[in-house]
Amino acid sequence: MPDPQPEQMVACRQCGLLQQEIALQPQGGAVCCCCGASLYRNTPDSMSRTLALTIAAIICFSLANIYPILGIELQGNYNATNLFGAVRSLWQQGMHPVSALVFATTILTPALEMAILLYLLIPLILMQRPPRVVGIMRLMETIKPWGMIEVFMLGILVSLVKLKSDVTIIPGVALWSFAALTLMLSAVAASFNPRDIWLHLDRIKNNRED
Amino acid sequence: MQRRVHPTPEELGLASCHVCGLISKRLESDVGLLCPRCLSRLHRRKPYSIESCWALTIAALILYIPANLLPIMETGSLLSYRRDTIMSGIVHLWHTGAWGIAAIVFIASIVVPLFKLLALALLLVSVQRQSTWWPMQRMRLYRLVELVGRWSMLDIYVVTFLAALVQISSLATVRVGNGAIAFGAVVVLTMFAAMKFDPRLIWDPLRNENLP
Repeated sequence: MPDPQPEQMVACRQCGLLQQEIALQPQGGAVCCCCGASLYRNTPDSMSRTLALTIAAIICFSLANIYPILGIELQGNYNATNLFGAVRSLWQQGMHPVSALVFATTILTPALEMAILLYLLIPLILMQRPPRVVGIMRLMETIKPWGMIEVFMLGILVSLVKLKSDVTIIPGVALWSFAALTLMLSAVAASFNPRDIWLHLDRIKNNRED
Repeated sequence: MQRRVHPTPEELGLASCHVCGLISKRLESDVGLLCPRCLSRLHRRKPYSIESCWALTIAALILYIPANLLPIMETGSLLSYRRDTIMSGIVHLWHTGAWGIAAIVFIASIVVPLFKLLALALLLVSVQRQSTWWPMQRMRLYRLVELVGRWSMLDIYVVTFLAALVQISSLATVRVGNGAIAFGAVVVLTMFAAMKFDPRLIWDPLRNENLP
């Protein structure tokens, strides 16, 4: 049996074992035979699906950042805040590192992630190579662990319980938007498949050369 | 059960790209090894994995002390004033009857950071001793560390949110305490430490052991 070409092999990212790629059924996945990590998935329509989910996530994200998340009322006094208001208030209290951390993990990273997906997916679906695609893909890998919308969502729920005995709570539009955004972002993460993008880039290159 | 741990790309004179995943022949150029598809620099293992991971873990361990001793939240109202550390906040929640939430905050703020520090130290020591002991279990431990790390941010978000919302003139105010800075640093440092750790190092001693 001739040795397979390097391009038809895949190395497990977690344990390093080199294995030969096999063709998969649509929606199928291959796992490493040493450590069980996911090697690659065959998701033929992942790009258009991810694009659709990204657009939905952007709408939720805008609503979640425009409207207040919660309002509270205590003896006729009313106060409400949205996410950016919370970050700004923390900055004004002199907690600059914490404020920056919250801003980076709940606003900057998710916004950047969604912007990158739009930037990559629209040209790719139109069979164009987006400029600086490699740097952008690397940036995407780097920032991915730092988006923590789902943890923030749990934080809102814990705050609700802490407040409910002392004040009257008025839920805002952004509370529901955040819940929807959490679902949308997990759906985006589940459907985004970087391997499809690399394979698609190879296809675009080969088309040009023909 | 004997697991299949051979071959690795390096054993066949190949290299795998950590950015795009392409396997290519190892071709030296004047700027080191580059991936032919995406031009990323190719490394056999993450560079300085053990050293950086130890440094970040130890830094996080040191900051874990002020993170737990300094107050994370100051609550003031007309009648009372409270300064809460992470632990006293959990105890207060428990006493007010919010047991479920107290348990969630306890797991996210106390158990998870401590678990991460101990797990990283265990992984690092075992890798440095070239241990071939239970590789699959250590691999699962590493995956768990990566999975749960982010949830420690929970308390940071809770105090941020409360400090912005509960600002009703003199009736009730909440301020964030200095403990939050230390605690945020612990979360960030342990996340960086977990990223720096290269899980392939867990399997390398097994490969050296049964080399043909």
